[in-house]
Amino acid sequence: MRDPSTVRARLVALFLLGAVLFGYPLLAVFNLPGTVFGVPVLYAYLFAAWAALVALVAMVVRGD
Amino acid sequence: MLQPWAIALVSLAYLGALFGIAYWADKRADAGRSVIANPLVYALSLSVYATSWTFYGSVGRAASDGVGFLPIYIGPMLAAILFWVVLRKIVRISKANRITSIADFVGSRYGKSGLLAGLVTVIAVVGIVPYISLQLKAVSASFGLLTRYPDVATPAHATVPILADNAFWVAIVLAAFAILFGARHLDAAERHEGLVAAIAFESLVKLAAFLAVGVFVTFGVFGGFGDLFGHAAASARIAPLLTPFGKVSYADWTWLVALSMLAVVFLPRQFQVAVVENVDEDHLRQASWMFPTYLLAINLFVLPIAVAGLIRFSAGGVDADTFVLALPMAEGHQWLALFVFIGGLSAATGMVIVETVALSTMVSNDLVMPLLLRYGALGVSRRADLSSFLLAIRRGAIVAVLLLGYGYFRFAGEAYALVAIGLISFAAVAQFAPVILGGLYWKGGTRAGALAGLAAGFAVWLYTLLLPSLARSGWIAPSFVEQGPWGVAWLKPYALFGLAGLDTITHSLLLSLLANAGAYVLVSVLGRPGPVEQAQAVAFVDAMRRDAGPIRVWRGETTVEELRVLLGRFLGRARADDALAEYARGRGVSPDALAAEPGLVEHAERSLAGAIGSASARVMVASVVREEALGLEQVMDILDETSQVIAYSRELEDKKRALEAATAELRAANERLRELDRMKDDFVSTVSHELRTPLTSIRAFAEILADNPDTPADKRQKFIGVILKETERLTRLINQILDLAKIESGRAEWHTEALDLGELVREAEGATDALFREKSVRLSTEVAAGLPKVDADRDRLMQVMLNLLSNSVKFCEPETGLVRVRVACEPGRVRVDVVDNGVGVAPEHHERIFEKFRQVGDTLTDRPQGTGLGLPISRQIVRHLGGELWVESEAGRGATFSFTLPTTGSGRREA
Repeated sequence: MRDPSTVRARLVALFLLGAVLFGYPLLAVFNLPGTVFGVPVLYAYLFAAWAALVALVAMVVRGD
Repeated sequence: MLQPWAIALVSLAYLGALFGIAYWADKRADAGRSVIANPLVYALSLSVYATSWTFYGSVGRAASDGVGFLPIYIGPMLAAILFWVVLRKIVRISKANRITSIADFVGSRYGKSGLLAGLVTVIAVVGIVPYISLQLKAVSASFGLLTRYPDVATPAHATVPILADNAFWVAIVLAAFAILFGARHLDAAERHEGLVAAIAFESLVKLAAFLAVGVFVTFGVFGGFGDLFGHAAASARIAPLLTPFGKVSYADWTWLVALSMLAVVFLPRQFQVAVVENVDEDHLRQASWMFPTYLLAINLFVLPIAVAGLIRFSAGGVDADTFVLALPMAEGHQWLALFVFIGGLSAATGMVIVETVALSTMVSNDLVMPLLLRYGALGVSRRADLSSFLLAIRRGAIVAVLLLGYGYFRFAGEAYALVAIGLISFAAVAQFAPVILGGLYWKGGTRAGALAGLAAGFAVWLYTLLLPSLARSGWIAPSFVEQGPWGVAWLKPYALFGLAGLDTITHSLLLSLLANAGAYVLVSVLGRPGPVEQAQAVAFVDAMRRDAGPIRVWRGETTVEELRVLLGRFLGRARADDALAEYARGRGVSPDALAAEPGLVEHAERSLAGAIGSASARVMVASVVREEALGLEQVMDILDETSQVIAYSRELEDKKRALEAATAELRAANERLRELDRMKDDFVSTVSHELRTPLTSIRAFAEILADNPDTPADKRQKFIGVILKETERLTRLINQILDLAKIESGRAEWHTEALDLGELVREAEGATDALFREKSVRLSTEVAAGLPKVDADRDRLMQVMLNLLSNSVKFCEPETGLVRVRVACEPGRVRVDVVDNGVGVAPEHHERIFEKFRQVGDTLTDRPQGTGLGLPISRQIVRHLGGELWVESEAGRGATFSFTLPTTGSGRREA
């Protein structure tokens, strides 16, 4: 585990990143018809971003 | 095929199994091998967030709004990232104060206020009722659907008698189970290991069931995502769902994210599992990614199922909220359908059980008990054992909450989709956010502010969400919503003050939070907090500081026995003794030697808080403690303690400064020692040089005499004369060095007496007479009449005079030389001047001639005319006698050596 305040700062940063990823301008960018590997673009984007964010959080809290 | 009794039997068997798990976990906990003490179980228990709303309702929402169902899960996912930052503080505080519910938390933060805790309880109960009804609706609807297998059509709504309404029976069964799980016995810490284990298991079941349908629909009914979404894109009715923004506004999306972010912590059941049931703070760290992962998994197939349902039931007639169940039924998979039903039941029961347990704790601890205790109804304050009474209140509260939920379902719930009902509850608990978040980070929040904020927010919520929902179902005239009360348009609940064009939830949330936070801040800054409020504010806001301990503001008197009886009434005799013994152990004294000190009173209050909540505990303890009103004197005491602390820190600073000064002094002293050391080295080398000069010449002449026995007599005589002279010089030198060393070290002996300086000067004149004659230098002496005497050592002072006189002779020209000695009287001292008309001393050498071995002039060419110690010794002597010796001169114009001595009795320091 790193310095506690570093972990806290990173978590807050990830929270802000999440707020941007799932907030207005970016969502509008992905609000498109069409598919990625058969999955609608918006749907694919939301879950991919979600998974990536969770992975980052896991990395931060586990101190990897 | 699937008979109602068979489905009921399977459901009961499932609930029985659940109870078995809870029982097993409780036993394990008693044996000290807790099954819930790991982060995965903790994260799964947090997933009680996913209820029937998620299981059935999300698909219903997705069928109309596409990904519009997602903000409800994105919010918690984002909130989870901050678990380690924010929730940890709440957990830490709750553990330190034995907080048992969210009402307790708020009440405790604002000065252990019973009124505030009661208000939070009322808001929570009223706010959660629609949410409970949502679960009842989902269970009864899915049950009804399953019994009609394989017919999947949603029947038209028909009013049936209560006893024939399966939702009513669902409510009864759930109430029974909630009591079994959460209100079987009283727990001091209000923790339920078995309950948490069962909830975690339910989270697994609902996830497995939902994933099973998702995989079945996507890969069994359709040929994977590509096939499914291909069909969807081809349908003009479904395709818009894939790019839903436009229909779903970004503002609504953002508000829903924020709303659910608050709900995931402030819903009473979430607070229960996340804070009250938390066994280890560290679990929060892992939960901050495990919980979002769970949410991701359970949402993955929502849109595919919704799309598949829309394609499969394109003819309509099937409620989208039931797609999850209807799809496997329509495909003829009755076992899968049964599994899905059990999954839905898991989602509903998990929520209902935890929610009602949390609410019943709040109702009994923060609403009923304080009222009964305050008004002394039912003889409560006189009963010896209240624990069974407490349990009865809780059980009653559980039943009442479920019946309220049923009532709402029966009279209002039919008109809404699942998600719409749930959001009403979310908006209610969001009202807790300003007072809790403000209370965590802002010490200025006051009890009055919190009351005002909550009341304002709750009122706006009632008016803009709850009342309209009742109006929609016909309980209030529909014109209330459409035209506003009494036809006043700007009071229309869905467009208050003309704020139209927003989603009803967004509209209500915006206005209620504005009113809430505004009133909270405004009233807080206008008022002043009381001493208990201030103490609690500090304890909460500074909870993460390592040195933050509980601040004691207790002022009162009681006895140990009174506390023991009080604890016994609520906890039972044995547990009361345990609690006291625990405190005694902590203090390292025997239980019999306990004194009713503030610490013990506080411990008793905390133990009691676990059973009846902090506000009630405070009231109860106050009943046995003759608590004096916090008067001016006590306030002064508290202030005193504070000022003591301040004084201590000042003192510390002073010490620090003193230490720094001492260090500087030491450094200077060290520097001086070094300097002295260096001077000593210089001195030694100078002395050896001075000694060697005469020694060398003595040796040289002695060698000449030894090597040449036939040296002529006159020469021999001359050499011996030189040797004698040099030896004398050497002796004089050594004597003077010894003399100086003695004076400097303070070991010299002084024989002080009252002296007449005039007499002494004349004696010195006589002693140097021969010297003056030899060089033909004239000497004249003027001694003022009536000189006062001085305190001095005769021999030493004579030494000074002789030195000054011989010096002046030395530097005068023969024949023309003139030395004058003047002795004069000055106020308080006598002054002696020795004036010559010799070569003089350049001003830059005035001080140097008083240094040891310092002889002015070119030492290479001139033979040294003295030892270089005469003046330094003289100055030492005069200074020792309390006077001063100095020179005034210019090169070539003669010199005046002067010294002064204080007169007898003029107060100079003792020699």
